[in-house]
Amino acid sequence: MADQTITAIWKVFITLSIVTLAEVLLGIYRPEFLELKLFSGLISLLNLTFILLTLYKAYCIVWFFMHVKYEYSNLRLTITLPLYILLPYLIFILLVESSHVREILGL
Amino acid sequence: MQAHTQAISIRTLWRGGRRPMGVSYGKLMMWIFILSDALTFSGFLTAYGFSRFEFADSWPEPDEVFSHVPLLGGGYPMIYVAFMTFVLIFSSVTMVLAVDAGRKMLKNKVVLYLFLTILGGGVFLSSQTWEWYHFIKGEAGALQLKDGSIVHFVKPKGMRNGGPVYEKVSLVGEGRAATPTLPQLKRAFEANPGVQLRILNRSVLPHSQGDAVFAQAKAVVRGANLVENEYGLPQFADFFFFITGFHGFHVFTGVLLNLIVFLNVLLGTYERRGHYEMLEKVGLYWHFVDLVWVFVFTFFYLI
Repeated sequence: MADQTITAIWKVFITLSIVTLAEVLLGIYRPEFLELKLFSGLISLLNLTFILLTLYKAYCIVWFFMHVKYEYSNLRLTITLPLYILLPYLIFILLVESSHVREILGL
Repeated sequence: MQAHTQAISIRTLWRGGRRPMGVSYGKLMMWIFILSDALTFSGFLTAYGFSRFEFADSWPEPDEVFSHVPLLGGGYPMIYVAFMTFVLIFSSVTMVLAVDAGRKMLKNKVVLYLFLTILGGGVFLSSQTWEWYHFIKGEAGALQLKDGSIVHFVKPKGMRNGGPVYEKVSLVGEGRAATPTLPQLKRAFEANPGVQLRILNRSVLPHSQGDAVFAQAKAVVRGANLVENEYGLPQFADFFFFITGFHGFHVFTGVLLNLIVFLNVLLGTYERRGHYEMLEKVGLYWHFVDLVWVFVFTFFYLI
């Protein structure tokens, strides 16, 4: 049973569980010191924590469960580069535009 | 095999007849599909972010919307969604274990782990159905004004960050009680002098302003659908139905694919073929479904 792959799988599972548990606890109790607004009110420290933890979980799933870590760099870059380039662009454009729309509509 | 492929020059590698990516055609195409699907979901979620930033003041609080737990009722935010998340993560783990057993050609272990994966998918889908049911049925009900905005009935609950915190109270009757008419709701409101009114931008009006608010009233709203939403803006319900619905459809497809592979494992198709690669491809899809849920969970329920 001392199979290395299987040990690694359970390690990733435990990591994912702990991170999820932390997210849930933060989500329920929402500690007041984490409600501090950052970047001129754009995002709170709590939400930034949620996003970073989510990205970490995504990394664990894609790298270990989906096996990307062990693929050739050819394949790894084919899959990840379009996302690295397109997603920040999409997020930037939409979120900037939404505050613009908000100003125009005077909401 | 890896050492062998790395030993030949890059030029020979890309000239054809080999697998420069180190994976079969089918697996590569699964990856390309996942890439396009990931961009689709990113589009949905950023569109959600767009609307949410646009209507930041009047967006419903996730904690107020999803607080039901089976057998316990309302008032427990996050618990049930957290359970759903664990179910999906665990079914992802059993899927990796099944794929690993497949690589070692251990048929019985594949059967066991794949069965657990399908079970997890089933539990997740039923949980989601249950959650949709409660979202559609509604909870405390609300008043819709002529401009379309929603007014909630609230009571002060405590203090937080130096300001009062409110909790919603139900004036429309519990469970299967018929939704009241406007005059009935107004009478119920007048009979409860402690109840205050929370309007569109989350500011709370005292009970004495009830007459002015009810003069603007259009309808009593209970539950959520694509047109009206008792929790706040209808856009929230639209995004919720569309994104979790699209994700649920992916889970459903995943369970279906897993079932087909499961039957083939039982029939010994992959033993005869000599490898369990089909299981790896379906496994990739299943992990992707889990991956999407991780983001849906964050953006719909946590933030």
